[in-house]
Amino acid sequence: MTASPPAPIYDVAVIGAGAVGCAIARELSRYALTTVLVEAGSDVGAGTSKANTAIWHTGYDAKPGSLESRLLKRSYALLAEFMPQAGIPTEPTGGLLIAWNPEQQAALPKLLAQGHANGDHDLYLIKPEEIYRREPHLGPGALGGLFVPQEGILCTYTLPLAYATQAVLNGAALRLNFPIQQITAAPDGHYTLTSPAGTLACRYIVNAAGLHADSIDRLLGHADFTVVPRRGQLIVFDKFARRLVNHILLPVPTATTKGVLISPTVYGNVLLGPTAEDLPDKTATDTTAAGLGALWQKGQAILPTLVHEEVTATYAGLRSATEHSDYQIRLHAEQRYVCAGGIRSTGISGSLGIAEYVVGLLAEAGLALNRKPDFLPVYMPNIGEAGVRPYQSAELIAADPAYGQIVCHCERVTLGELRAALTSPLPAQTLDGLRRRTRALQGRCQGFNCHAAVLGLLAQHTGASPYALAGLEDDHANRNANRNANHH
Amino acid sequence: MPTATQTATPTTTEILIVGGGPAGLAAAIALKRLGHASVLVVDREPEAGGVPRLCDHTGFGLRDLQRVYSGPQYARHYRQQAERAGVEIRTNTTITQWAGPTRLTYTSPGGLGEIEAQAVVLATGCRERPRAARLVPGHRPPGVFTTGSLQRFVYEQHLPVGRRAVIIGAEIVSLSAVMTLAHAGVALARMVTEHDHHQVYLPYLPMKWYLMDILRRVPISTRTRLSRILGHQRVEAVELTHADTLTELGQAGATEIVDCDSVIFTGDWIPEHELARLGQLTLDAGTRGPQADSAYRTSARGVFAAGNLLRGSETAEVSALEGGQVARHVVEYLRAGQWPLRRVPLQVAPPIDWVYPNTVSGPADRLPFGHFTFRPLAFARHVRLAVYQGDTCLHQQTYGQLRPNVSQALDARWLPRVDLAGPPLRVGLAA
Repeated sequence: MTASPPAPIYDVAVIGAGAVGCAIARELSRYALTTVLVEAGSDVGAGTSKANTAIWHTGYDAKPGSLESRLLKRSYALLAEFMPQAGIPTEPTGGLLIAWNPEQQAALPKLLAQGHANGDHDLYLIKPEEIYRREPHLGPGALGGLFVPQEGILCTYTLPLAYATQAVLNGAALRLNFPIQQITAAPDGHYTLTSPAGTLACRYIVNAAGLHADSIDRLLGHADFTVVPRRGQLIVFDKFARRLVNHILLPVPTATTKGVLISPTVYGNVLLGPTAEDLPDKTATDTTAAGLGALWQKGQAILPTLVHEEVTATYAGLRSATEHSDYQIRLHAEQRYVCAGGIRSTGISGSLGIAEYVVGLLAEAGLALNRKPDFLPVYMPNIGEAGVRPYQSAELIAADPAYGQIVCHCERVTLGELRAALTSPLPAQTLDGLRRRTRALQGRCQGFNCHAAVLGLLAQHTGASPYALAGLEDDHANRNANRNANHH
Repeated sequence: MPTATQTATPTTTEILIVGGGPAGLAAAIALKRLGHASVLVVDREPEAGGVPRLCDHTGFGLRDLQRVYSGPQYARHYRQQAERAGVEIRTNTTITQWAGPTRLTYTSPGGLGEIEAQAVVLATGCRERPRAARLVPGHRPPGVFTTGSLQRFVYEQHLPVGRRAVIIGAEIVSLSAVMTLAHAGVALARMVTEHDHHQVYLPYLPMKWYLMDILRRVPISTRTRLSRILGHQRVEAVELTHADTLTELGQAGATEIVDCDSVIFTGDWIPEHELARLGQLTLDAGTRGPQADSAYRTSARGVFAAGNLLRGSETAEVSALEGGQVARHVVEYLRAGQWPLRRVPLQVAPPIDWVYPNTVSGPADRLPFGHFTFRPLAFARHVRLAVYQGDTCLHQQTYGQLRPNVSQALDARWLPRVDLAGPPLRVGLAA
């Protein structure tokens, strides 16, 4: 029996593979370092990063002078460069903040001033005539608005995937299904991260654990903040609603929330939400009759014809809110530890700015940053409606006829795309993973047609048991049931 | 949307039929038999035949073929008839957009292209509203199906569907889910309907006894709705709300938790109207399908609609019979080139959910089955319905019972009294 090679001691472990953690791992992979990206769940970008409004915020309404304001502004510029290079679906729709009562109208000039204080954001006050010219389907009663041309929408599935893929292509390791239970510091100065799946050793730690950032912080002896999940429920309307709305329609924000908005999505749908409910439970991603009902009423008031269209999906996500309004990004240099917590609702938009800042903090703590000669680029398959989809490309279909065979009819996802997602550097290993990479099953029929075919393809490619993939125990009774079906 | 690269020369055909289910195939066969040389059927699935392909249980064909087949046998019958008649069928071919009034673009493994036809028959079928479209709250675990996805799991891909299911809906398609679950060895915990009674009524006796026997053994909760789905890795239970049961506080609407690992949403049909809407066809507010007259003519010249695209919810047999009927009207259009200039829409008011045909083109309209077909919203007894045009009552008819999810006939004798220049027609309760 040969001895297994000694486990490596990574220079940096990034805990949490949401948009922020993936962006940090990507940033670190530029340098001659060993980095491991550690995730409790079974896929990257599968927590808060996947269930939000998918708005590309400029940060015009952040608190002036805050870290959030500064990093959002920097991140906006970095995203504007990165997203086209990496093929991330995005659309520059612009945001339209609408005042529906005199108090809200009175708040508009303050928001304008706040935007200017945040560093000359492009903003205009506009009159009702201009609002209705831009949004002819808007409900009656708009008193005035603030137009934010640079706000846009992006694909929240592809972005963290692109970061993680680029990190992996540039040498970072990815450990999924690794929920950290314990962190111990050894006398020689390295840390051991322990999970039910085993242990990992590292010298520096970045905490980007989102909803669980407070727990990780406590494992390292700090109690600087507590995460109180703020649930946001959302309703996705059919693609036929897309013609009803041209911009992101924003309400006037309050202290706790940006409010209920209506926005196009890069997949050609329309989003209504989110609610804002503070909850103690970090797994409460369920929707409620009250939440959906409240959204329905608000949606009907803002865009009356929206609710005549079919609903394609409903979902809920949990924002990592804390008792603080600003990001909780802290360097504990003596511990070689950076905490990137409290990133409440702008994690996607702030991701690249946060990554750059966090890596800078690691350098302050003594991490040597030597750029590698090459930083391999990443280019993601397009799942947005603004670009050419594979089913529309004669060249792609000529090269591989599987790109002409549509499996998911509602979203026009081809066999070629499903296969590519199952064999990519970060292959889909679950149905949700495949759904996020391709849009399969995300459409109006929600799997009436392709659910079984897509699950069958996943089981075939991953070799995983269809029972496990469907969350069922592979026990005797189920086998009997399946044998009956197979008999046929 | 970006323009896709297209092949230069389009395929041309006299008649293009979009959708190779019962309606599309029956229309193609009839057109061939009426002497039309060039009939092209395109279907997005790997095999033509439509939904019956996946219903591997009995109950198909009595009305149109005068014998009982299983779903796959029934689909095979129509495929073979189409092949024998010389119909060209292109499968794995998805129509993606309109390039002209009767010219459509497609995607297939062979590439992209266009098809130019003189007449188009849309027979794109229907789907069941899934969980999200019904706004059912709760968690989103695996284990949530429609009858359609359930049948594909069991009969097509042989994938597991759990051990204990709850069926939402108690109409004829719900029995299809019952039979599919029985085949897969899955126990049925409950069948749930918001209505006062189940809605399974069958006109012919042999099937009736068989299905009623199944139904007798199923625990049904009436006047009950699904109010929540529970579970993280898999469905673990559902919460039902009973309209008539009192809560501990004495209010109506007590809830009950039922353990299960699968939920099957049945019925609540919506036409697959995407292509119709992309073509700017006028939709009917009741059926959500394209507005069509008694000759299956839509609002767009040269474009016909048949089968469950018109309203969802009818059986394969009704769709196939309609396919046969639309063929005659297509032939007539290609011969005479006439399309109605004036059409009066027939709208619905409660207690009616929808009606078809839902436009009237003239007093000489010959109704497909000799009558209009409608469905009510709920159970009702001794109801007097009336057809109005503006304030003028054109017709009254009394019904002993109205039953939701069951088609009923509305007389067409009033057609000669319709003013084609007048306001929309309306069918609802008699004043």
